[in-house]
Amino acid sequence: MKKYLAFFRLRFTMGLQYRAAALGGLVCQFFWGAMYILSMKAFYDTDPAAFPMTFPAAASYIWLQQALLTLVSMGGIDNEFFNVIQNGNVAYELCRPVDVYGMWFTRSAATRVANALLRCVPVLAVAALLPAPYGMAAPPDLPAFLLFLVSLTLALGVVTAIGMIVYMITFHTITPRGVRLIAVGICDFFSGNIVPLPFFPEGFRQFSELLPFSSTANVPIRIYTGDLAGREMVVLMLMQVFWIVALVGVGKLLEWKELKTVVVQGG
Amino acid sequence: MIEVQDLRKTFKVARREAGFGQAVKALFHREYTYVHALDGVSFRIGDGEMVGYIGPNGAGKSSTIKILSGILTPDSGKCLIDGRIPWKSRQKHVKEIGVVFGQRTQLWWDVPVVDSFELLKEIYAIPTEVYKKNVDQLTELLDLAQLLRTPARQLSLGQRMRCEIAGSLLHNPKILFLDEPTIGLDAVSKLAVRDFIKRLNQERHTTVLLTTHDMQDIEALASRILLIGKGKILLDGSLEDIRRGGSHIDETVAELYKKFDVT
Repeated sequence: MKKYLAFFRLRFTMGLQYRAAALGGLVCQFFWGAMYILSMKAFYDTDPAAFPMTFPAAASYIWLQQALLTLVSMGGIDNEFFNVIQNGNVAYELCRPVDVYGMWFTRSAATRVANALLRCVPVLAVAALLPAPYGMAAPPDLPAFLLFLVSLTLALGVVTAIGMIVYMITFHTITPRGVRLIAVGICDFFSGNIVPLPFFPEGFRQFSELLPFSSTANVPIRIYTGDLAGREMVVLMLMQVFWIVALVGVGKLLEWKELKTVVVQGG
Repeated sequence: MIEVQDLRKTFKVARREAGFGQAVKALFHREYTYVHALDGVSFRIGDGEMVGYIGPNGAGKSSTIKILSGILTPDSGKCLIDGRIPWKSRQKHVKEIGVVFGQRTQLWWDVPVVDSFELLKEIYAIPTEVYKKNVDQLTELLDLAQLLRTPARQLSLGQRMRCEIAGSLLHNPKILFLDEPTIGLDAVSKLAVRDFIKRLNQERHTTVLLTTHDMQDIEALASRILLIGKGKILLDGSLEDIRRGGSHIDETVAELYKKFDVT
């Protein structure tokens, strides 16, 4: 346990080391969120009844999504492991007396938490101060907020486990470019990062909800905005648990296979 | 005790001629050649020995080190290090060994070196007193006082290498594998590193296996030499065994490579 805390500490101090990057990311997320909300507004002005979410809920959804971007979106994947695989420093990773899967899982989750802690507070603070339909509203009630936190933790587990599979594939392909791009593209689309899942056409939405990607940002954010409650929420949260178990299983299997054949190239 | 018997490892390499046409052709049809990096390597190293592992470029030195440190699984052959098979009980094995890959880095690039050390302390579960004692000792011997507080990326190669070596020794390993530890070091750092390795071997009885192309390293350190070429051990003996009276060490070794036809 101490080992894992140490990873987290180092990650956090590293995040603090990059002040300009954190600031840049923050500004980008803030503008992106504003742009997104304004384009949504154009649609809502045409026919508010045509959408499955109210406009204030959609605004909250977008702000929360921006604030939690590095925490639960695929784009927040820790690039460190791609680098160590590509430049061969993975040799050192393999000569540590710890389970590689466990170590990388913790470290990439730690990166996500550290990055998010640095960035989400300012985004949320600004969003909360914005006037009513454009800003971020409070969650429906306290239980919903607590469930949001639980589901957010589960989402972190799911997205990190998907990331681990991407790392294990990179062991095979050596260059991460293709795999990473595909993973980010698919995950962004099916987790509602581009268009929230409730906006998907019937049928296709149900199909998307069966995929592991919807068990990431989609569930906690919709619980927070009040879009998801009751039985449907319970089902989707159970799906999150299921996907963590399944994806970790697949990841460990791939690790076991890859580490047997891994070749650290060059002298 | 390190026992290696008939170790073999073959790599598949896609080779092609230069040029665009050849690159397009290789899209559809690849010609593979098989490189026998290790072709039946056997040796035995006792506790507390200091062995120089030499050979021309591409001879199989690094592959051997990778297998001994549990990173690479050989195609066939036996390897027992203090009763452990490195690639089978990797986690248990690496706790007892220290490795320095001269071409790689284990320090976190953006944070001061001492932060990396603190993390290694947790990874290896080094007790605080042992850690403190080792850091103090290593700082003194390798002259790290100023370096520890500097981010790794702002260190010169030689400075970083001294930190890398220190990092690999924090957990008191019984066996140390050094893969080209003096690459790119200036004269002063080289002498410091050699001196340090020698003391380590004498005082802690650490078994040391080191690969290098710097024959003065070998002269200064190794009482025994293993010569590998084309994946085979060609010679196992002392420096005196291979030396012809008075000639320079580099010439002696070049002569040897020619004699065995492994250049």
